[in-house]
Amino acid sequence: MSPKKPTIVDFLKTLPKNIFSGFVVSLIALPLGLGLAMASDAPPIAGIIAAVVGGLMVSVLGGSHVTITGPGNGLVGVLLVAITTLGLESAYAAIIFSGVLMAILGFLRLGKLSDFFPSSAIQGMLAAIGLIILGKQFHIMLAHRIERADTIDYLLEIPFTINDALHYEKEGLILAALAGLISFIIMVFYPKIRNKYLQLIPAPMWIVILSIAFSYYFELFAHEANPIAKNYMISGIPEFKEIIAQLPTVNFGKIGQFSFWSSVLALTLIASIESLLSIKAVDKLDPEKRRSNVNRDLKALGLATIGSGFLGGLNVVTVIARSSVNVNNNGSNRSANFFHAIFLIIFIVLFSSQLTRIPLPALMAILVFTGYKLASPESIKKIFSIGKEQVIIFLVTLFVTLKVGLISGILSGVLITIIIHIIINKSLGLFARNILKPNVLMYQETDADGNYYISVKHFCSFLNYYKLKNKLDAVQENQDVIVDFSLCEFVDHTVMENLNSYRDLFLKRGGHLEVIGLDMHDTDSKHPFALRRLLPVPNIIKNNLTRRQTSIEELAENYNLKYLHKKQKETLFLNDFIFFRTKNINHINNQLFTKNDVINIFDIEFSEGEFIAKEVVRTTMLHISLNKTIPEFTLDREGFLEKIYAFAGFKDVPIQNQVDFSNRFYLLGEDEEAITRFFNEDLVHFFESNPYYHVESNGNGILVFGKERLASIKEIKVLFDFGKRLKQVVTS
Amino acid sequence: MSFKPFKTVGIGVTFSPNLKANVYEASRLSLMFNSKLILIHVGEETQEKKDTFTTILSPFLNQNLSVEIIFKVGNPVDVILTVSQNKNVDLLILGALKKEKIVNYYLGSIARKITRQSTCSVLLLINPSVERIPCQHIVVNGLKDPKTEQTIESAFYISHCLGSKLITIVEEIKQDEVAVKVEDDKSLRKVTILKERIKLRETSRIKSIIEHIPKKHTNAITIKSQPIFGKQGYSIGHYAQISRADLLVMNAPSKMTLWDRIFPHDIEHILAELPTDVLIIQ
Repeated sequence: MSPKKPTIVDFLKTLPKNIFSGFVVSLIALPLGLGLAMASDAPPIAGIIAAVVGGLMVSVLGGSHVTITGPGNGLVGVLLVAITTLGLESAYAAIIFSGVLMAILGFLRLGKLSDFFPSSAIQGMLAAIGLIILGKQFHIMLAHRIERADTIDYLLEIPFTINDALHYEKEGLILAALAGLISFIIMVFYPKIRNKYLQLIPAPMWIVILSIAFSYYFELFAHEANPIAKNYMISGIPEFKEIIAQLPTVNFGKIGQFSFWSSVLALTLIASIESLLSIKAVDKLDPEKRRSNVNRDLKALGLATIGSGFLGGLNVVTVIARSSVNVNNNGSNRSANFFHAIFLIIFIVLFSSQLTRIPLPALMAILVFTGYKLASPESIKKIFSIGKEQVIIFLVTLFVTLKVGLISGILSGVLITIIIHIIINKSLGLFARNILKPNVLMYQETDADGNYYISVKHFCSFLNYYKLKNKLDAVQENQDVIVDFSLCEFVDHTVMENLNSYRDLFLKRGGHLEVIGLDMHDTDSKHPFALRRLLPVPNIIKNNLTRRQTSIEELAENYNLKYLHKKQKETLFLNDFIFFRTKNINHINNQLFTKNDVINIFDIEFSEGEFIAKEVVRTTMLHISLNKTIPEFTLDREGFLEKIYAFAGFKDVPIQNQVDFSNRFYLLGEDEEAITRFFNEDLVHFFESNPYYHVESNGNGILVFGKERLASIKEIKVLFDFGKRLKQVVTS
Repeated sequence: MSFKPFKTVGIGVTFSPNLKANVYEASRLSLMFNSKLILIHVGEETQEKKDTFTTILSPFLNQNLSVEIIFKVGNPVDVILTVSQNKNVDLLILGALKKEKIVNYYLGSIARKITRQSTCSVLLLINPSVERIPCQHIVVNGLKDPKTEQTIESAFYISHCLGSKLITIVEEIKQDEVAVKVEDDKSLRKVTILKERIKLRETSRIKSIIEHIPKKHTNAITIKSQPIFGKQGYSIGHYAQISRADLLVMNAPSKMTLWDRIFPHDIEHILAELPTDVLIIQ
């Protein structure tokens, strides 16, 4: 089962693909690197240095496979603050220290850091970063450079800038703004054009090529100076020799200041979160289904950041957009990242003077587009659809991040989430009492399937999600996992969303992950990721279907069955079964019928005992109604129920000539003769060769069930198949 | 060390709504174990109280149950502990609440205090009932501990006496036994193999314990073994809860300080949220 080890031969075989993929990625990395650095008020080359150092070091030391590293867009906001408050030379020192901290995080195995933040708060933070980028660069894109103290002021001035741009009189400014606008249009419409040749070169590179071509046109054919205003051109791309010769001075003088360390912390936090989220997302894209070693990646990124800082570059993080381009171009291992760095070096060596021909607004259009994507209305709409409380978390994080800063922003997001959870549950105790408890139990069921069963108690939110994650990570993705929340009073959105991505991951890798036990939980939105809270009294009118219920619905369609999710109290057909003699049936729901109503699968809730001894059991059963009479019997393997049936006058019935069967099963019944006749060879063989279920007959119907918990969709399919074939054997 | 059958069963009784159920459970158990029952009441001895107890006990007295009722005034914890020591009680039965308030948990309710200090085995009942609910499924711990052998033996003895059909032996395996941390595919593969090996080792250890138990106790019982990688003490309670066990049998704890209650482990987890009836073998 273990995949074969990659050999040198494999490596060489995939090398051409990886070189090509690295080339395509470098085409995006070049303009993005320049743009991100300029947006952070750093010299443009700083972004390229980060990408080169990152590519060379992380490809050698890292633990992920298809990721690309370089300057990240999440860091623009923090770097901007660091550079403006500390000055460039001290900012390099801050970058170096954040690299050290990141490497320490890696050594402490804190790759799970990003799991401790509620996902709506992270969304809010990313949207805020998007707005910071968009707000600042929008003005430059339209050739209208302004300086404001506050990020929100930048955003508020966008209409004025548009108005100004419409009334420019200088040709230089008009052309600069046009370059920005055209570039922005290219960015927006590029993905919509499906042309093989056009798509060979990524959109940012088209912008670079077109603007350089424009500038050469004026120089070589029109014999004029480039008409775009001089101060809106990229300045100061040093030659390769100069980069090597003139290392920037790093100033460690401000090491004692508070603002220095707050910058270091912010850089570390954002760099780690951005990298970890990207690695997680890229792992899902990996066609070879490998798992990344995030801690090793953190160490490598930290070391690369230290190196980059000393060479005058920005923080090195794992970046999602470039990594996905890498995957799309068949990059298959870390060498693609390495070659992306090599190609960047080649570009700088060969074309550093040409790069100064790019107008700034064109480059900033790329960033405005990235900012817009981060804070896009679609992602905000998605959060609205999940639930009101998520919107509050999102907006609080967003505004605090814009007004105060990134660290305060994310912390306020965490705080508001905790407060909202307490209010929703009307209980502080639920969280206070149980937060330290190891509330997740996982074991491999000892029956033939060997499913992993995970039961979660008390509550499961971003605060203790890492416990569930640890268990899930210990399972190979080609296995079957069942996550049971029936003992869990509260499940939050972060957990639901993460479980969903686990579900996708397991599906992609040939496994199966299913969530059960949420049907009794309440939610106030229809979104599958909405947080869920266990209701003290089960509600009569269901607000929406759970993921399991929708899956059952789909299953019904595929198998040509009728599906009824409503609770039904009428369960007369079950009353004659001796199993229910000592039990009270509360209701059945999620019913599946075959067209002629012969086979019926349903979830059932029944209780044993009364008052304080009452235990409520939910399980899935299958009922076959027969149009002929068969003897009453019960077939069981564990001998569990022997005692109860003894009351009913049932006794053990041995089947002659079937010693093995008699040894393995407890067959009980009253009418020994009829049962012996009924259990003919076919039937005995059927039971011997099929998965084990408890099977019971009441004379005109057969009841089949397995475990004393709800069945997963996969188990329902197996049960249905068993029932269908059992019916055939019995009626034939 | 071989286990000793329960010759004397003690129960602490107060006049609570559960009195009748508690006494019924204790009497039934004493009959099944063929042992003597001692009712310990903390308070003044009055004829009225005595009559109440005798009325409740009457159906069992008819079945030749030998009962002694002891009245003593004092601190409930001390009284119950000293009486059970003086009378050589082997099994002490206590009624307990399923979940406790935080304050109670750290200060300790009477039942829990006794459990922590008792020198004999303790059975904590969370849902005593007047009608007999058959005990069908017993979960017992299979920790790697010198006491475990005795505990498992007791579990089989009890299930033999109570006529229960299924015993699950849960081997809790500490996380730190798996020395490798899962970080990528390679380490995951290593961990999976390692876990498989530990599971086999644990299962064979349990098997050898079972082989030493008298056949008449093990014959009619289905034995399941379930290895669990998880927090010691907590996972078994959680397992007992989801597998709907009727009784959880555990080793007695070795030491108990306030520290253990603040950072709970082992039995303290179970005491904090009783999943079902719990028997602690001393």
